Amino acid sequence: MAETKPKPKIKKEAIEMPKQEPKERVKNFSEVALGYSEEQALEEASRCLQCVKPQCVNGCPVEVPIPEFIKCIREKKYAEGITTIKTKNALPAVCGRVCPQEEQCQVKCVVGKIGQPVSIGRLERYLADWERDNGFQMPEKAKPTGKKVAVVGAGPAGLTVAADLVKLGYDVTQFEALHLAGGVLVYGIPEFRLPKRIVQNEVDYIQKLGVDLRLGNLIGRTHTIPELMKNGYDAFFIGSGAGLPQFMDLPGENLGGIYSANEFLIRVNLMKAYNFPEYDTPIRIGKHVVVIGGGNVAMDCARSSMRLGASVCLLYRRSRDELPARKEEIENAEEEGLVCKFLAAPLRFIGDERGWVKAMDCECMELGPPDASGRRRPVPIKGSEFTMETDTVIIAIGQTPNPIIQRTTEGLVVNPKHGTIIVDENGKTSLDGVYAGGDVATGAATVISAMGMGKKAAKAIHAYLSNKK
Amino acid sequence: MYKIVTTREIAPKERLFEVEAPDIAAKAQPGQFVMLIIGSKGERVPLTICDYDAKKGTVSFAFHEVGKTTKELGLLKEGDCIENLTGPLGNPSEIKNYGKVLCVGGSIMIAPLLLQVKAMKEAGNKVTTLLGARIKDGLSMENEAEAMSKKVYIATDDGSKGYKGLDFLKKLLETEKFDRCVVMGPVVMMKAVSEITKPFGIPTIVTLTPIMIDGMGMCGVCRVTVGGKMLFACVDGPEFDGHQVDFDELISRQRLFLPEERLSSELWELGGCKCGRNKA
Repeated sequence: MAETKPKPKIKKEAIEMPKQEPKERVKNFSEVALGYSEEQALEEASRCLQCVKPQCVNGCPVEVPIPEFIKCIREKKYAEGITTIKTKNALPAVCGRVCPQEEQCQVKCVVGKIGQPVSIGRLERYLADWERDNGFQMPEKAKPTGKKVAVVGAGPAGLTVAADLVKLGYDVTQFEALHLAGGVLVYGIPEFRLPKRIVQNEVDYIQKLGVDLRLGNLIGRTHTIPELMKNGYDAFFIGSGAGLPQFMDLPGENLGGIYSANEFLIRVNLMKAYNFPEYDTPIRIGKHVVVIGGGNVAMDCARSSMRLGASVCLLYRRSRDELPARKEEIENAEEEGLVCKFLAAPLRFIGDERGWVKAMDCECMELGPPDASGRRRPVPIKGSEFTMETDTVIIAIGQTPNPIIQRTTEGLVVNPKHGTIIVDENGKTSLDGVYAGGDVATGAATVISAMGMGKKAAKAIHAYLSNKK
Repeated sequence: MYKIVTTREIAPKERLFEVEAPDIAAKAQPGQFVMLIIGSKGERVPLTICDYDAKKGTVSFAFHEVGKTTKELGLLKEGDCIENLTGPLGNPSEIKNYGKVLCVGGSIMIAPLLLQVKAMKEAGNKVTTLLGARIKDGLSMENEAEAMSKKVYIATDDGSKGYKGLDFLKKLLETEKFDRCVVMGPVVMMKAVSEITKPFGIPTIVTLTPIMIDGMGMCGVCRVTVGGKMLFACVDGPEFDGHQVDFDELISRQRLFLPEERLSSELWELGGCKCGRNKA
């Protein structure tokens, strides 16, 4: 190997990525993290040890060849670098931004044992953004197999499956229920974390590969899976996500000013309500927003609300240590002015004479022994009721899969409790030739885990169709 | 893109569009709706299906030019295109032979009601139709209703045509027995009719059209209370038992965005906002 051994002295601190200042960014919906410059990328890439047995790759759900692409950056072979990533990951610009690298690749990085791990996500983003500025390259495609695959949903799982299978020579039709492709990447994750033009670029790339994308096509209504089976599709992938919002079943929940996280985010992200009236869909935001929940979706709602001019309080029934959101997101939100109220939960919502929420009664919690999720269970403290004034409430306590496909596909076995489609480790469902992955199989999880399942399912579909006469 | 095949003015500021949408036309059934997006900055607007023709590959819907999108739609002509139409959404109506069916339609919902009348008639029912509106000008498609119904009643709030108000309905029910009642119209009308039919024990089905965004169960803005339970009009409905619906809550929820809707509509009247989407 011509590669010289890296110098033994490695800088312990990672190169920070420039960000918009909190005071500024809380007034706009532009991207918070600005990306590395070439110099910064080169310097960060130089921190990689180029391990012979890289641990980082084991931490990646889609097995991106991390040391290889970082090596390309060091040698300024950016085109080669992005091609290397794309052998495994069709959505690098997205993953570089929203993957929880700190729990995946970066947690395994050997440099992390002596200092901060190599910023793998930021380097991935650097290459993806470089490619967008310098023109996309088309990968080689296998010869047409003559077999047709239907992919249901154009979110992270579906886009991954579609990209992998079209490259293998399959005729792929992708059905998306909404009028834009991207799934949670366009309706859920806000513009300031993931600009929508970046998602659109990734979707364009997948369409250029030859995927036939049909928007506004709700499987279960416009077509059903049994109908498509009769129409000559040889295999199916269901990646319809977890789009059904959960409510709390508390008195007053239907008052004005109370949104599900999905409604709030769909208005703001998909329908661009922050640009109302230039865009037709409005959002009404008060002065004192309470977001109920503690996951990434709750953080997205809180940070969007602050950008719409509100002061925001996050109400979470456990303590800071149990917050399921990414640490980075919590830090970002607090820098922007988020106030957290831990160990409290709502009891009822109180409306004004116009049917609009004006306050909520809450009670305090303490943590008991761990529950089934392994986290300590919140237990109400007797006599601890208090009232909070608020004019807007966003309920961000989770989503479950939309049942429409399950109801219209006979023989598809579903978990009766969570409504998720039951799959094996390769994404195979109870029906021959029908695979599923992403949130519809796991319940609400991360973008990259959905993509990881998509990868496995694509491999399994390829194996299935290769053996099928 | 979805091409408009025919347009028809059914009443002042009320139009019926027939649009090319073969996938939707092939699956549509009475009671379902489509979600329309007029252009890339447009809102998602639910519209009840008024007719469909699987052979021609077309689906029809009616709208009243009251808000920004419907006013913008009103300017479109045959041959123009709509950016997106998604559907058919919602559950189909339960159409079977009930015996004697009373179909009540109000204002812009008269057009989709006639699809119910047609389907009920084809299922062997004897259909009596009641068309209502605030004023005479809000009535439409009376000839079609006449052609398909055993009897047609007309009512207006101001008495400018037919009966004044719905008081006569109570008297009608005292003299004539109905096995089922289907109501499509403004919420106040559906509420009034449901209250009138309840003492007579006539199963009454109302079509709810609350605010919706996605129309497929994602956002929950269309949540309604039916029999004390929270349901989503888009996926659990849009048809519900009128005797179980909390209409007052629905009325209040329909007004949630009234100031914004007015602003949008007024800006449109003034020639559109500064984003280049001008009226002409």
